[in-house]
Amino acid sequence: MNVACEPSQPNEQATQVMTMVQAIRSALDVMMARDERVVAFGEDVGYFGGVFRCTEGLQAKYGKQRCFDTPICESGIVGTAIGMGAYGLHPVVEIQFADYVYPAYDQLASEAARLRHRSAGEFTAPITVRMPCGGGIYGGQTHSQSPEAIFTQVCGLRTVMPCNPYDAKGLLIASIECEDPVIFLEPKRLYNGPFDGHHERPVTPWARHPQAAVPEGYYQVPLDSAAIVRPGAAVTVITYGTTVHVALCAASETGIDAEVIDLRSLWPLDLDTLVNSVRKTGRCVIVHEATLSCGLGAELLALVQEHCFYHLEAPVERVAGWDTPYPHAQEWAYFPGPGRVGAALKRVMEA
Amino acid sequence: MNPHEPLRLHVPEPTGRPGCQTDFSYLRAAPAGHARKPALDVDPKATAGLAVGMVRVLDEQGNAQGPWAPSIAPGILHAGLKAMLKTRLFDARMLTAQRQKKMSFYMQCLGEEAVACAHTLALNADDMCFPTYRQQGILITRQMPLFEMICQLFSNARDPLKGRQLPVMYSNKAKGFFSLSGNLGTQFVQGVGWAMASAIRGDNRIASAWIGDGFTAETDFHTALTFAHVYRAPVILNVVNNQWAISSFQHIAGGEATTFAGRGVGSGIASLRVDGNDFLAVYAVSQWAAERARHNYGPTLIEWVTYRAGPHSTSDDPSKYRPADDWGRFPLGDPIARLKQHLINLGQWDEARHEALAVELEQEIIAATKAAEQHGTLGDGSIASAATIFEDVYKDMPAHLRRQRQQMGA
Repeated sequence: MNVACEPSQPNEQATQVMTMVQAIRSALDVMMARDERVVAFGEDVGYFGGVFRCTEGLQAKYGKQRCFDTPICESGIVGTAIGMGAYGLHPVVEIQFADYVYPAYDQLASEAARLRHRSAGEFTAPITVRMPCGGGIYGGQTHSQSPEAIFTQVCGLRTVMPCNPYDAKGLLIASIECEDPVIFLEPKRLYNGPFDGHHERPVTPWARHPQAAVPEGYYQVPLDSAAIVRPGAAVTVITYGTTVHVALCAASETGIDAEVIDLRSLWPLDLDTLVNSVRKTGRCVIVHEATLSCGLGAELLALVQEHCFYHLEAPVERVAGWDTPYPHAQEWAYFPGPGRVGAALKRVMEA
Repeated sequence: MNPHEPLRLHVPEPTGRPGCQTDFSYLRAAPAGHARKPALDVDPKATAGLAVGMVRVLDEQGNAQGPWAPSIAPGILHAGLKAMLKTRLFDARMLTAQRQKKMSFYMQCLGEEAVACAHTLALNADDMCFPTYRQQGILITRQMPLFEMICQLFSNARDPLKGRQLPVMYSNKAKGFFSLSGNLGTQFVQGVGWAMASAIRGDNRIASAWIGDGFTAETDFHTALTFAHVYRAPVILNVVNNQWAISSFQHIAGGEATTFAGRGVGSGIASLRVDGNDFLAVYAVSQWAAERARHNYGPTLIEWVTYRAGPHSTSDDPSKYRPADDWGRFPLGDPIARLKQHLINLGQWDEARHEALAVELEQEIIAATKAAEQHGTLGDGSIASAATIFEDVYKDMPAHLRRQRQQMGA
């Protein structure tokens, strides 16, 4: 495919203010226009455009052959996508909520993840599996989970989670073009505005956020690169997804000069950025919304220990969801909000 | 007082066990030539009778009977007989090599050769197969070099899969043979997906996906039926009912009160139950199903009734759970003997030619085995370097795998 005529540098392009939903839709639109191998499907994805509207208009624009509804069957959505990938397509499928992905786990962990390896490169599964994750919308235990750790643990999968419109579009394009299977987790509380954990305050729209200025055309945010979203000298906060915004809020409220790192690509990850930051600050707090024990935070902590031990001034702290099912009425007691993150920052600074 | 008898759990049993001969009447094997042949655009509901009956062409004397008798060139019959015989001799030779510790494990398809070989001859060479571990007949019919197959079995330095997969878990894209998964049935859904992709792209290639009777109990079977039906995918869905899933009789998989093909009709799919040891029936029904797929009439589910004559694998001992003489008494016989008789009846074959073919094939297999052995076997340790396990996990090796490869020191 000749892409030479299209600008690939985002800073050369006109931008539009977009929400996460619009940015994701724009990425799909750009890629479906650019590459006939890209198809999009899932439950309610076709005519209706998805329950969160991420595929709205794609069926009308690209036809039913390339964007369609599926039966309520996650193993079938992912299993057929793997077959299409083996054929040579680049399917982008939607799991309506990350909480529903478990029936597809065999196809992801045993099949998509290992197909290239077991066939010595003959067959591959260049599929992208999008799914809304995380809580903060009173979704209860079946519409709130953050199951990233069951994917980051599987060799052969890539797991990605953006936290703003610019990254969402650039990472989704990179995922679709990637020849490896990518789990693309979309924090649903961020779909229509950044959320710092202050649920009692009015909703903030994306419009005033600098990362909501999204180039209209094609660009990539590279996989396995983290972003330093707030440079700082006192302590490193390693986080991703909704809790990036929570960590920024906690830094501001406590006045602690935290360096906040958004992982963006959860695995494989950008180890150098983490290590350089923790060696500089000597302190580290790890934050995620998923349950604490055996979560991705445990792996991050092990890496910090392994690579930064002699630079550490304080024990590394983790702030995460409690090890319980995600509650409905007690959602805000569960969610690792700015109060809990701020308290951890203070403890680490006082240690 | 409870007026009813106490409840009791029904656990199905085979009619035969060691020391007790099997009553094969459960197969309801109809006479050859009785099954009708519907039009390609048949309403799937109208196949209900075919799904519980049995399509058979070759009668007891080896003559073709009825509407399914294909008009088939003698060349294809000869090719089929050769492929089946080669598959059987290859299996026997590899079983010996396994006992000699040249490989860790082997799975033969003794007694089931017609299912893969006749089906493959009815497909185009570029149609895509999503097989299980007992369809080596596809590769042999499509003339994959035996040398390559044996190097895979020996996990040696020339193993195309670099020692990553168990023996028999072949992969060969050029021969339209999808990488085998030890999870067994995951490829049933993937085959439907491949067929959907072919339809999306306006291609003319179709897919053929395979599972055994045991796997029909997994959700992937039903998922594949649903997706194939919904999108009218150009796919043939093959269920090889060889009566046994390791030690579990087909009734444990759900074959007691209905057939496996019967499930297809309920899913809106044209479905047939076929004598899988009848080369002509396998060829004719496969050709019919392939034509349906190519005409956008959608999927066909075929239950191939056959018998797993050998153990499940080299790690299994069927004498513990079924009668020793079961295969000899199986009413659908031996597919090679039946096609051979048919060719003899046609005046196209004789015992001397059969003997000569067997000798020629034996020599080819022995030569390929020797050539492969020159590159080592699992037993003598001439395998791909351990450092290669870090390759192909991702397209490009990430930093953490480069670090681990260094730590391994390979």
